[in-house]
Amino acid sequence: MRILNLLKIAFKAIVLNKVRTLLTMLGIIIGVASVIAMLAIGEGSKESIRTTISAMGSNMITIQPGADTRGPARGSGGDVQTLTLKDYEAIKEQSNLLSYITPVVNGGGQVINGANNWPSTIYGVNPEYLSIKVVGLQSGSMFTDIDVQKASKVVLIGQTVVDNVFPDGEEPVGKMIRFDNIPFKVIGVLEEKGENTFGQDQDDVVIAPFTTVQKRILAIDYLNQVMASAISEEDAPEAVTQVTEILRTQHKLMDHEDDDFSVRSMEELISTFSSTSEMLTVLLVAVASISLLIGGIGIMNIMYVSVKERTKEIGLRMAVGGKGSDILMQFLIEAILISITGGVLGVLLGLSATFLIEQFLHWPTSVAMYSIVISFAVCAVTGIFFGWYPARKAAALDPITALRYE
Amino acid sequence: MTKEIIKIEDLKREFTMGTEVVHALKGVSFSIKEGEFVTIMGSSGSGKSTMLNILGCLDQPTSGIYEIDGVKVKDLTKNELATIRNEKIGFIFQSYNLLARTSAIENVELPLLYNSKVSTEERRARALKALEMVGLGERLHHTPSQLSGGQQQRVAIARALVNNPVMILADEATGNLDTRTSYEIMTLFQELNRQGITITFVTHEPDIAMFSSRTVVLKDGAVIKDAKNNNIQSAAAELAKLPKENH
Repeated sequence: MRILNLLKIAFKAIVLNKVRTLLTMLGIIIGVASVIAMLAIGEGSKESIRTTISAMGSNMITIQPGADTRGPARGSGGDVQTLTLKDYEAIKEQSNLLSYITPVVNGGGQVINGANNWPSTIYGVNPEYLSIKVVGLQSGSMFTDIDVQKASKVVLIGQTVVDNVFPDGEEPVGKMIRFDNIPFKVIGVLEEKGENTFGQDQDDVVIAPFTTVQKRILAIDYLNQVMASAISEEDAPEAVTQVTEILRTQHKLMDHEDDDFSVRSMEELISTFSSTSEMLTVLLVAVASISLLIGGIGIMNIMYVSVKERTKEIGLRMAVGGKGSDILMQFLIEAILISITGGVLGVLLGLSATFLIEQFLHWPTSVAMYSIVISFAVCAVTGIFFGWYPARKAAALDPITALRYE
Repeated sequence: MTKEIIKIEDLKREFTMGTEVVHALKGVSFSIKEGEFVTIMGSSGSGKSTMLNILGCLDQPTSGIYEIDGVKVKDLTKNELATIRNEKIGFIFQSYNLLARTSAIENVELPLLYNSKVSTEERRARALKALEMVGLGERLHHTPSQLSGGQQQRVAIARALVNNPVMILADEATGNLDTRTSYEIMTLFQELNRQGITITFVTHEPDIAMFSSRTVVLKDGAVIKDAKNNNIQSAAAELAKLPKENH
């Protein structure tokens, strides 16, 4: 029997039972629509995390002192003094995969301007810091290497600090403020960055030459951190390895000794967060798949009813020459047609739902092409799988019994 | 000598019901020649239905010979039986068995859908011709619910004719119809028979037999009478004798 004839017969059966077919499809429609929408939400949040982290500087590499494992007592990373300016200089000299690098020292304190004061954190860095953090200036200018050499008492401040110590809307650039009773001249205001992914206010900062902070405020000779920027995102992992090697040599670590520092790239951070959101996606898809499964069972159910209801028709078809295989194909194609039509409607519904979520809830979404392809494939398989048994039952009917069935 | 369409020799059919063996047919022999109009009669339990199922290639005999148009039916597979039903037999049922909500012409086309040798155009043309033969050329697109019982049976007859079968096999084809309509249908059968179509009519109504050319009577699974009808009544004439309907 020609496949076209079979399609015609199956299509006819579907058209003759519009309401029932539509109700049957509903399970598939909802299943597919939720798979599409869930994946779009999952993909969307993954992308938004990636964008946020990239905005923080996706090639950024941070080097922090780790616990000194050589001594008997192990302190926390913050207390140890294993990272020094010498390390910074060694990395700067030897690594060829870094475009920018800055030492970082930081400490908390009170920013005071006349009667206004605000607790903030001061970061002692070099001028390359801005390029590493990908942050620009609203007004004023960055300090120079000369300021670093001279340990000049100049600072740049973030918008949150501006709002709190200059509440009257004065222009901060050129004004004198005090940080922990040491007077500084404000030479610039940083661009607003808002909160980062972790809810930290990125504008609540004071930036000064690291020499100034090291000597005049913290009175230390070690570094809290070294920040660097890999030439490109792709080079970041290799840069991490390179920096680790340099530091191990620098610290004269033996092969069996653990690192007394840690080097991390943003890439690692991204993958940590992506894996969280990936797990979420898997869960969402699992829920959606269950509804697809239920949709499939709905098809199976209705196909069984259909076979029962049309027993006499099957008997007649067999009497006029329909073979078992023809009957099987007829019902199988009917089931596949129902599930694929349901799939198409489901994709459309899923896309509209995604669009509405984006429009009204402002959730980031991203429709993945593969989710549509997978949904279609799953629909076809669902149709075959759940249509097979009822169709087999129809094909196995004895024409004599079927013809006499009332 | 005319061709033998059906050849049956010592045909037996047994059913096992639990531990008991029921002999539905106990060695039946007869043959049907091309152009005959045979009535197979018998009361309930005579083996008539079993005979019909075997004649229609829906069932297989336990032993004996059954040949249709020169093909030995015994030992054919299910699919081969389906092909024989499709190409050599035209079925007509008591309850018409038309597909609901499907137009007359589509109902008539049905057997040809299962014959891949027939193209779409040919299928339509043959269905049209068959419907014209039964006098329903004007009602191609009516669905069964829009047709009277007699008209529905005409559609079923057209469906039986559409595959140019070697034999039409009717099962109580007038059983659901009133006298007038059943005479009309019998007139049609006689007309088709005159055109050379072989008809086998299985029934328990004795008055149908007077319109056929031969009667085979079954009782308890055996043939008790097989006689030519030398006094064939014209169904058209009988129809004319009926009192006029009050319209």
